[in-house]
Amino acid sequence: MAEEITVRTTAELDSARTLAEGRRMHAISSAVRYALLAGVGFLMLYPLIWLIGASFKTNSEIFANPGFIPSEPTLNGYIDGWRTSTPYTFATFFWNTFLIILPKTIGTAISCAAVAYGFARFEFPGKRILFATLIATLLLPNVVTRIPQYLLFRDLGWLDSFLPLWVPSAFAGDAFFVFMLIQFLRAIPRDMEEAARVDGANTLQTLIYIVVPMLAPALISVCLFQFIWTMNDFLGPLIYLSSVDKYPISLALKLSIDTTEAFQWNRILAMSVLALVPALTVFFLAQKYFIEGISTGGVKG
Amino acid sequence: MGGDSKYLGLAYVAPYIAGLLIFTAVPFVASFYLSFTDYSLMRPPQWSGLENYTELFTRDRTFRKSLSVTLLYVFMTVPLKLIFALFIAYILNYRLKFINFFRTAYYVPSILGGSIAVAVLWRYIFADAGLVNMAITAFGGEPVNWFGDPGNALFTITLLRLWQFGSAMVIFLAALQSIDKTLYEAAAIDGAGKWHTFVYITLPLITPVIFFNLIMQMVQAFQEFNGPYVITEGGPLKSTYLLPLYIYEEAFKKFHMGYASAIAWVMFAIIMVLTLIAFWSSRHWVYYAGDKRS
Repeated sequence: MAEEITVRTTAELDSARTLAEGRRMHAISSAVRYALLAGVGFLMLYPLIWLIGASFKTNSEIFANPGFIPSEPTLNGYIDGWRTSTPYTFATFFWNTFLIILPKTIGTAISCAAVAYGFARFEFPGKRILFATLIATLLLPNVVTRIPQYLLFRDLGWLDSFLPLWVPSAFAGDAFFVFMLIQFLRAIPRDMEEAARVDGANTLQTLIYIVVPMLAPALISVCLFQFIWTMNDFLGPLIYLSSVDKYPISLALKLSIDTTEAFQWNRILAMSVLALVPALTVFFLAQKYFIEGISTGGVKG
Repeated sequence: MGGDSKYLGLAYVAPYIAGLLIFTAVPFVASFYLSFTDYSLMRPPQWSGLENYTELFTRDRTFRKSLSVTLLYVFMTVPLKLIFALFIAYILNYRLKFINFFRTAYYVPSILGGSIAVAVLWRYIFADAGLVNMAITAFGGEPVNWFGDPGNALFTITLLRLWQFGSAMVIFLAALQSIDKTLYEAAAIDGAGKWHTFVYITLPLITPVIFFNLIMQMVQAFQEFNGPYVITEGGPLKSTYLLPLYIYEEAFKKFHMGYASAIAWVMFAIIMVLTLIAFWSSRHWVYYAGDKRS
């Protein structure tokens, strides 16, 4: 009897000891993780932080001071960079970027919502094959279709206009977005839509008044991604736009590298900061849509 | 929705069908045709048979260089990026506070990474007297010639891609978070260590996501353009002259549309073969646990 009690106590002591040890291990492991995460995070983000500081530095300081804070802060980079060496200012280039993004994003949202609705809620002849082409397009490198697309737009007389940048997106050309919306729609129960149909709504009314509001979070993700990707797009404008007065920011930045006199580094850095501001602002205001968007689009794929 | 015509759905996907035909299917076939022609915009395409391909594989030394640089770039970037993304996602997936903060911080470069502004930034921080060399000298090291040395330039471009591991990481993290916790508890009761748990439970369960990331990252890596175009302009000694740069210059600078199409098709064929290998091999290593749909 007594023996039994001793045995039990030892076992309890043992388990208490392993528990405490476990806790200590956990604390150490957490500390290591935090240190690692913070270190890697700092290494990754410091270039961006440095960029902001450097854009306020004098040209002689940029390659001399690895720190963030400028010793003699100046706005010259911003003032001279904004003016550019062309007859246009960066205001023109920002406006052009906006003119490319707005119709493209609206076209994407409308066409992708309709197409995703068609795929997720209807049966029709050829659906399986069409859905397979959607996945295939997702994997198809653009390089293969780019040259004939260029020839097509040339024959249509669309070169040096925004049309080649707008139109393919208005035909649900970005398979990734259609796919993301289909995944999202599949997860939404159809009860509301069926109720609306019973009440006499047709499918278009159901799409506009019932499906689109439920799809809103995913549609916002689509618009945000399209905004940022278009903002970053360089090759499209490079191929299709030839007059400087139509240049978006990405082309204008490349142009200022090529044309700015040597040693005027702060102009280029200052304009790079401005070029990053819209994307960064949108990302920080709406980051949950980005994370959710990429997780639905990706994981269920 | 029973009473509807079976063609109603087609009306909704009609924009997609039109776009698919006009902007993807027809150009796809057309570029295959063009790759067998001599076409320089001045006169209509002239059928030249296999001439472009023979030129590419027997005489064109630029192509050979560009192809080997591209393959090196892809085989360096994709595995490094996936391993790093998975490693960070694994560390983040641990009931840590501030997990959202770190996730956001790591994701920022992916949002900005493709932009010209970031390529500009890369030019400056890896310049001879740039931030990176300033840091290296501060710690007593020798400054590195990041872009001037053909042996380093491609690696510096690779770093720009690695820096954007955030999107792959977010996908990994979502997959890790969806793993059933009871599996870990069961493994712990059976006395499995961390490494065994990771190799025998975590890894198999996220293989579908590894597969997805692998394919997407590979297709993307083959098409890298902005970085090398802006940072190194393909140099020095064509050491960062990736195939998309070569295609761009042949097609839109020299207007050799037929020849450029042939290069594009060789690249497409390589991507296809690698994708098919991945799909074929996936039967042996990708594990679909929750696949109740089929």
